This record gives sequence, C-alpha cells and structure tokens, in this order.
Amino acid sequence: MHILLRGRDIENIKQLDVYEAHGGFVGMKHALAMTPAEVIDVVKASGLRGRGGAGFPTGVKWSFIPQHEPVKFVTVNADESETGTFKDREIMEENPYQLIEGSLICAYAIQAKAVYIYLRGEFWDIGDQLDECIEALRAKGYIGENIMGSGYDCEVYTHLGAGAYICGEESALLNSLEGYLGQPRVRPPFPAQKGGGLYKEATVVNNVETLANVPYILSEGAGAFKAIGTEQSAGNKIYCVSGHVKRPGNYELPMGATFRELLYQHAGGPLHDDRPLKAMLPSGGSGPIVPLSDEVLDTPMSYEDCANIGTIIGSASIIIMDETVDMTWVASKVTKFFKHESCGKCTPCREGTYWLDKVIDRILDGRGSPDDVKRIADVAENMAGTTLCALGDFAANPIIHTIRHFPDDFAQHVTAQAADG
Amino acid sequence: MAIIGNPKYEARIDRHLAKYETKRSAVMPLLYIAQEEYGWVNPEGIREVAEILNLDPTQVKSIAGFYTMYSEKPKGKYWLQVCTDLPCALQGADEFHAWLKDELDVEEGGTTTDDMFTVEHVMCLAACDKAPMLQCNFHYVENLDQDKMRGLLAKWRQEAAQAANGRG
Ligand SMILES: Cc1cc2nc3c(=O)[nH]c(=O)nc-3n(C[C@H](O)[C@H](O)[C@H](O)COP(=O)(O)O)c2cc1C
Ligand code: SF4
Ligand code: FES
Repeated sequence: MHILLRGRDIENIKQLDVYEAHGGFVGMKHALAMTPAEVIDVVKASGLRGRGGAGFPTGVKWSFIPQHEPVKFVTVNADESETGTFKDREIMEENPYQLIEGSLICAYAIQAKAVYIYLRGEFWDIGDQLDECIEALRAKGYIGENIMGSGYDCEVYTHLGAGAYICGEESALLNSLEGYLGQPRVRPPFPAQKGGGLYKEATVVNNVETLANVPYILSEGAGAFKAIGTEQSAGNKIYCVSGHVKRPGNYELPMGATFRELLYQHAGGPLHDDRPLKAMLPSGGSGPIVPLSDEVLDTPMSYEDCANIGTIIGSASIIIMDETVDMTWVASKVTKFFKHESCGKCTPCREGTYWLDKVIDRILDGRGSPDDVKRIADVAENMAGTTLCALGDFAANPIIHTIRHFPDDFAQHVTAQAADG
Repeated sequence: MAIIGNPKYEARIDRHLAKYETKRSAVMPLLYIAQEEYGWVNPEGIREVAEILNLDPTQVKSIAGFYTMYSEKPKGKYWLQVCTDLPCALQGADEFHAWLKDELDVEEGGTTTDDMFTVEHVMCLAACDKAPMLQCNFHYVENLDQDKMRGLLAKWRQEAAQAANGRG
C-alpha cells in the first residue's frame, strides 16, 4: 500500500477535490482539534525519522522549537540534489497536496508564521504547480487567515534555488533563502534556536518525504504508522533505484524490507542476466559503498540494520553496479561531484576534493603508483570530521570505502607502474 | 528593454517582494527574471536587480556567480545540459555526452558557430531512472538515445528557423 506515492493508486489526486475525497485534510482537522504540543507528541510517538538523510526523529526536532518565541518558520527541503535521488520529485509532481498538508500540520505544531518550500532550481515547473495548489488551498480556507476556522494563520510560499547541491544542507539553504551565498553557517545556534533559523527566528527544516508522512500519522494515528516497519525505523520509505537493474525507479516499501526484495522482486534484478551485481551505494554518492554479498542483500533496509553492515540508508538513493564496473572509476565520478559541489568555505574540503580528484585521475590514467592509492586514503581519512558541514565527510566516503572493499580495482591501475619502478 | 518598469514583469516582481521578510531574499527570483529578459545575467540586469533590492551590484554579482543556473555569458539558443553523474553514466551517459559534442562539433561548455547549441555536462538532475537525459533550456528531456536526439536537434533547428522567418 502506498502512503506517499498515492498518485500511483488514485487518479487525479493532484486535484484538490480528489485529494479531499480520499482523506485529504482529515489529518489537518485532527491536528487543529489538538494543542500544538499534543500534535508534537503524536509525531514523536509515531517514530517518524527524517528522510533527508540523517534520520533524526521528527517529533523531537519539532519539540526543540521554543514555543514562547513570537515568530517561527517551517522550511521544506525540496532541494533533492543527492546523486541518485528522485523521490521528492515524484511526491511533489503526483501528490502535491499531501506535502503541503504535512507542512501545514508541522507549521501548526510549532505555531509558525509561514512555510517556505525550497526547491532545487531545475524543479521550476513543480514550483509552478505548487503555487497553483497554494492558491486553490487559499481559496478554500486551508491557507491564510483563520485556517479551517481554527483561528490559526499561516502562509505557504515556494522559492527556487539555482543549481548548488550545498543548498540542501539546512543552514546553507537558509542562507540561500535569505539572499546570501548558499554556504553553511557555523553552529550553534542551530536552526531550531532563536538566532539560528530563517531570518534568525527558530525554524524547522524538514525533507519533503518526511513531511508527506505527517497527514497519515495525524489521520490514522501514531500507532498505525509505528506498526509499519521495524522497531527503530517506522513507516514506509521510498527507495530510488538506479544503475544496473532492469526496472530502475521509485519503490515505496516498509522500512525493514530487504535489499534482496527491493532489487530482485521489484527492480527486476540485474540489468544483464549474465552479469552479477558487484556493489551498491545505498545512500547516493555520500554514504559508504558496500559489496553486494548475500549478507548485504539479506539486510533489512532500516537505520539500525544498515549501520550493522557499515553503511547508511540515508535518503535511500540506491545505486547498483554490476561486475563490469571499475570501482576506481566510481570513486572518480563521486569525487568529481563533491569537488564541483564544495562551497569553498573550508580549506580541507575545497583543497582536499581538488587534490583527490587530480590523483584519482592520474591513477585511472595508469600514471599512478601504489603510494598514490595509500595517500588518497590517508587524505580522505584526515578530511573526515574536520569541516564545517558534512559534505567534507561525504567526500571522504567514496575514497575510503571503495579502497577498503575493492583494493584490486585500484591495484590493477598501479601494478604496471610498480613493476616499472 | 529593461526589467524595471517593464509591464511584463511588474506583477511578478511585486509578488516576489511580498513573499519574504526582507528585500534581499528576492535576489534569486529577480536574477531569474533578469536572465529571462536578457538571455543571460548581464551587467545591466545585475544593476537593475541591485537597484530594486537596494543592494550593491557587486553583491548581486557574487550571488549570480555562486549558482550554476545563472548564466554569466550568452549561451546558444538551446542550452543543453547533459547529466553525466554516476547513475546516468552507468546507463551510457558519458558516451552519449561525447557523441553529442561530436555530432554538434563543440567542446565541453562550447557553443556551435551558428549560436544554436551550447553543450555542457551537469551533476544529477533527479531523473536517474530515465537516463540518458538532459535539460534543454531547463526543460527535462529523458530516456534519450542517438536517434531520438538527432530528431530533437532537427526539430529545434526547424523551430528556430521558423521563428526567424516569422520575425523577418
Ligand atoms: C551537503 C548536504 C546536502 C544535503 N542535501 C539535502 C537534500 O538535498 N535534501 C534534504 O532533504 N536534505 C539534505 N541534507 C540534509 C539536511 O541538512 C537536513 O538534515 C534535512 O533537510 C533535515 O530534514 P529531515 O530531518 O526531514 O531529514 C543535506 C545535508 C548535507 C550536509
Ligand atoms: S565542508 Fe565543504 S561544502 Fe561544507 S562548508 Fe566546508 S567547504 Fe563548504
Ligand atoms: S544521475 Fe543523471 S539524473 Fe541522476
């Protein structure tokens, strides 16, 4: 059953009357009948965790907002720029009202003045569609003053980015929205604190998929949501499958389904039947790569189980590679991404990604030495944890983990050189 | 033309200014308007955006320079951005990108001599299940192959020729 990708089950759910006829705004109505603190408790009890990558408990995040502050904001992270991620796009294209309803419930729970939906610039047509939805909702009293007769007022706006992965990082996103360079901020103060959020006001930043779960939680109850998935990973998750499978695409399954079920039952198995699968990046370019062993295939896709196999489920951008793929080339591809997307604010990230890219290219060209492989691993290890935002750690991952799991793929490029020397 | 005082943009500019708590926040939407008017973010557009927002033009210019979707020099009529990030590359996007540059006889980031096409590669566009794909003037074109691409190039050339005739 789809909770999120309901556009696949219900024709025209992107029209407001159809959305209303299928339970739309029931969750909002339930929320408005509660106190804001009660709404936060329901979301806490549901076990919902952030779908933007870090998996932070959503209700807990909302409870950090100081209720006594007069001005607060909600910012929806619709920057969706992680390599291999294309789930928020489908939610917003096919089921836009559910995202807006979820954002409004969040806004009510923290008593926000307004919601800003920050879309990656390429999603301008989705922005146009959301603007139309917002107008339709305003006309029916779901947005604006005295929402559904509750006495609560809130506005919803869209904002377009302009091509910068780093603006998906929440503090960079806030800078970008304020018209400054989209570079991360020094924390504390955190966005949830006065001084750290949008226009220096306390702000919740949540991913699109996170918020799209909220109407279900409020209409069906925390228990119904908690009953799906595993102990520590409640609810459904959208898995974006790309690379060497027969049917790449989005699949919505309960958290805790195995990689094997996703890849073989849903995504159709290896693209070429005679080429076994070799490796998987389960969280786009930014999470650790893992070999596709039987143990990995039988691992449940949950926060806790993925930690056990040395990786993360993150945003669940699952990139699959078969035996023909050279992991040195993969490391190079992903490193080029982070080199391009480094905002340049801190030296280890800016210089590190530049240097790593140069040396990997040299290795790929057959001009590298075994020492080069060791050196890029060392540099990557030293980069992790030294930077202002997590991009520095993300950039270290592809190097550290490809070398750890696939040393032969690197050795094949440097052995000839070693023999010469 | 200009963007200040241009009836085409008046309502849009006002709407953006009303959305935010500060004028400065409207810099990104206004830069898109400047790009729409002039075809790229030229010095005149920067000056106008700065004037509307009471900012210094150098501040506006640094914002424009930070983001890849603002073009700081003129592009061809069709700006083709091919995704060559990992998932697309696993489906042949690097070969497709190389072929397209050959077919149009341009270098990476270059524009054809008739100013029709600019080709460059970009990072993931959130369409990885529909590779190879590209963005043409910010419109997604997905599930491409050489045949389909040749057809599109011909269609765009024809469209441009018709537009030129219409004006003449
Ligand atoms: C470099 C970087 C890029 C990020 N990109 C995104 C993104 O595109 N979308 C997103 O939702 N979160 C992204 N995040 C995570 C956000 O900072 C933030 O944790 C998230 O929006 C919180 O929402 P959630 O709790 O609902 O997951 C990124 C983080 C980093 C460090
Ligand atoms: S780690 Fe990289 S992306 Fe993050 S702030 Fe530093 S330079 Fe910018
Ligand atoms: S990798 Fe090309 S769209 Fe994602």
